[in-house]
Amino acid sequence: MINKVVSGAEEAIRDISDGSTIMLGGFGLCGIPENCINALVSKKVSDLTCISNNAGVDDFGIGLMLKQRQVKKMISSYVGENAEFERQLLSGELEVELIPQGTLATRCLAAGYGMPAIFTPAGVGTEVAEGKEIRNFNGKDYLMEFAFDADFAIVKAWKGDTAGNLIFRSTSRNFNPVMAMAGKITIAEVEELVEAGTLDPDYIHTPGIYVHRIFQGKNYEKRIEQRTVRKR
Amino acid sequence: MSLSKEQIAQRIAKEIKDGYYVNLGIGIPTLVANYIPDNINIVLQSENGLLGMGPFPFEGEEDADLINAGKQTITTLPGSSIFDSAMSFGMIRAQKVDLTILGAMEVSENGDIANWKIPGKMVKGMGGAMDLVASAKNIIVAMQHINKAGESKLLPACTLPLTGVKCIKKVVTELAVLDILPEGGFKLLEIAPGVSVDFIRQSTLGKLIVEGEIPEMKLD
Repeated sequence: MINKVVSGAEEAIRDISDGSTIMLGGFGLCGIPENCINALVSKKVSDLTCISNNAGVDDFGIGLMLKQRQVKKMISSYVGENAEFERQLLSGELEVELIPQGTLATRCLAAGYGMPAIFTPAGVGTEVAEGKEIRNFNGKDYLMEFAFDADFAIVKAWKGDTAGNLIFRSTSRNFNPVMAMAGKITIAEVEELVEAGTLDPDYIHTPGIYVHRIFQGKNYEKRIEQRTVRKR
Repeated sequence: MSLSKEQIAQRIAKEIKDGYYVNLGIGIPTLVANYIPDNINIVLQSENGLLGMGPFPFEGEEDADLINAGKQTITTLPGSSIFDSAMSFGMIRAQKVDLTILGAMEVSENGDIANWKIPGKMVKGMGGAMDLVASAKNIIVAMQHINKAGESKLLPACTLPLTGVKCIKKVVTELAVLDILPEGGFKLLEIAPGVSVDFIRQSTLGKLIVEGEIPEMKLD
């Protein structure tokens, strides 16, 4: 059995350096790798290209890295919850590539499946299509979008084992499994790390072959962005 | 009298049929869920990766791991399923979702839609909107017909950056229900109670097609 376990976030991100391209799992603040983000903030690496559906909020998640100006370029689909992000974008301090959410997810999938590109109708006829190859299949136009090429993918899972197998919980799954497949080096932080053999192979979401480093995270805040409830 | 947001949602709910898988966008579309008749069964898709979205949780039962595409805490229902975001857009692209309801800032008479960006002012991103409008076979747009200054949002051509081209077939506004015809033009189908056809004419900058008597919307 190949053991993927590292001591913690600091060791897991040890070779992420200035200029690295990193993917970060999560949707909004749901399922984000809190421990690794905090370690990147402490390490103060800069000039990062971050691929993540959202950019956190001003004081949590990727927002913390933006505040310290560690991010050179952000590739996301929706960034509306972060005032500092919008300010850096409108002032030209931050390079931003906004791409459709399905395109983002599927470009991760393509990388993990070993396919160089995908064809999607999303963005045809819009500014997203500028400079991209268009192919017509069965009378409909599709954009060619390339698989992502990321140095690191950092994901958060619910449970994982020492062999790197991952199980996600509820909608905190979101982008995590496809990003886990897409990194040259994939780092997984999990709420509960167990011995290999404990998890039922039939219920693994991400096979350990995609995961290079795994550790049990601590002090998860799991902040809720929009707390909505109904009366009993 | 123009419709409230709730009434627009109420009118759109009448378009939903038994057995539909439906994706509801943020804003007015979210309200549609409140007006689904009890005698029909539908499944709501949330594009972050959930089929079978249930109501908001009871106070104290919020789960940070269970949210919808608007990042609101929600619940699952019997029969719900969870999947990753790539599969979520896979089912949208493959047209497994029967109906998509979303908001818009502008639509044009040939079915173009703009709803993601105001250059120099508002940059929030398109989220899943471009994927949805490019692939969905059945899209209803819930939007304001006119802005606060009385200017039409139903235009000959969109002025804002596009989200998708020639994809919108039906629009429900505070004033009217309209189809966008394949050959172009807004065909007036219903008007809000107390609104005149003349007012629709002056509030629609794009080509408006009015044929015969136009019935009043029924909201009950």
